[in-house]
Amino acid sequence: MASNQEEVTLLGVTRSPFVCRVHIALKLKGVEYKYVEESLFNKSDLLLKYNPVHKKVPVFVHNGKPIAESLLIVEYIDQTWTHNPILSSDPYQRALARFWSKFIDDKVVGVTSKAVFTVDEKEREKNTEEVLEALQFLENEIKDNKFFGGEEIGLVDIAAVFIPFWIPMLQEVAGLELLTSHKFPKLYKWSQELINHLVVKESLPPRDHVFAFIKRRYESLFISK
Amino acid sequence: MAKVYEVVKVFGTVGSPFAKRVQIALELKGVQYTFFEEDLRNKSELLLKYNPIHKKVPVLVHNEKALVESLVILEYIDEVWGSDQPILPQQPYHKALARFWSKFIDDKYMPAITKAAFSANKEEREKGSEETVEALEHLENELKDKFFGGESIGVVDIAAGHIAFWLPAIEEAVGLKLLTSDKFPKLHKWGHEYTNHPAVKKNLPQRERLVAFFKARYASIITASK
Repeated sequence: MASNQEEVTLLGVTRSPFVCRVHIALKLKGVEYKYVEESLFNKSDLLLKYNPVHKKVPVFVHNGKPIAESLLIVEYIDQTWTHNPILSSDPYQRALARFWSKFIDDKVVGVTSKAVFTVDEKEREKNTEEVLEALQFLENEIKDNKFFGGEEIGLVDIAAVFIPFWIPMLQEVAGLELLTSHKFPKLYKWSQELINHLVVKESLPPRDHVFAFIKRRYESLFISK
Repeated sequence: MAKVYEVVKVFGTVGSPFAKRVQIALELKGVQYTFFEEDLRNKSELLLKYNPIHKKVPVLVHNEKALVESLVILEYIDEVWGSDQPILPQQPYHKALARFWSKFIDDKYMPAITKAAFSANKEEREKGSEETVEALEHLENELKDKFFGGESIGVVDIAAGHIAFWLPAIEEAVGLKLLTSDKFPKLHKWGHEYTNHPAVKKNLPQRERLVAFFKARYASIITASK
């Protein structure tokens, strides 16, 4: 169990779903931490020092030692503060959780961005198809479970917070239909449970702030046309 | 040592660097397994049953439980088959760093070298070469001991296997010179040590076949782009 003399800092930006994952993990564990808002247009010396390879957020610093990549950070948090476990102790279940978290990163988060932030209709169509396919796999996977982690949220739920919070805003701005209750009833039900989970609610950024950013970014694509 | 009632299967192709990662890890742990060689143009029913989502190799099947994604499989192997020859560090911070570099290899190095060698467009290939060199520079700086894992090989070494064996084959096949010994003295030496490690040596594909494979792939891309 970590001692009380811990120095825990999270570097991030409010709008990021990746940073949100780390907030959730820390709040789930009840860890006290300092949050530093970065500007990605004017990166701080601290960020460049702690993540020289990617220069991105989130960056997690524990007693002066930095870690980058949100899912790696979440696993580190789980191993360091061992109450309220985020991962199962069973190796096969852990492997499945890691598989699905990677799946969400590769097939949902990145691809949704590509579907939304493009002026190319063909790109939009192709990526939309891919996201729908990915959501269908998740629909099949959640079955009748409350969360991917079972009765409590786990690594996959934390990784997937993008789906209930960011996707509805992205699809609204771009006029797409991705996560709907009639297409994905079980996933939709899960998404509502996740959004209303006490710790998740506390960790989500202000909706208006994120929506405004998405809208600005989307509209800027069409300005130069 | 694997118990008698454990059934372990690995689905892969002879030339796949990702399948080799799994095979090397099982070798290190002394685990017996059956290797199912796949033809990716004509995937077997078993492969499609065990990996319906991605339909790719490698797949590890342990007592009928299937796992995909080579790095996920490596962690599983490490957790199940004991700590005699640990592949990942036990300490959480070092473990996080090892995972970070393994992910870096997959996210940054692999796409870069594919782009550098096999893009149809010349500008894309040049950009790929730059990105490959950048990735190699980060790895060169990161390498401080005999192996990324220290005195013995670890997950980062296994993940970086492509650099030790596939990269030189690609360079020969398509005429690239990226991993030079003057620019990357540590990586060069590491490549030598790694390919000569007994667990790795047993599990390398035939170099000539690999070069021929890459030559053919390069030729078909260049032809198609004309």
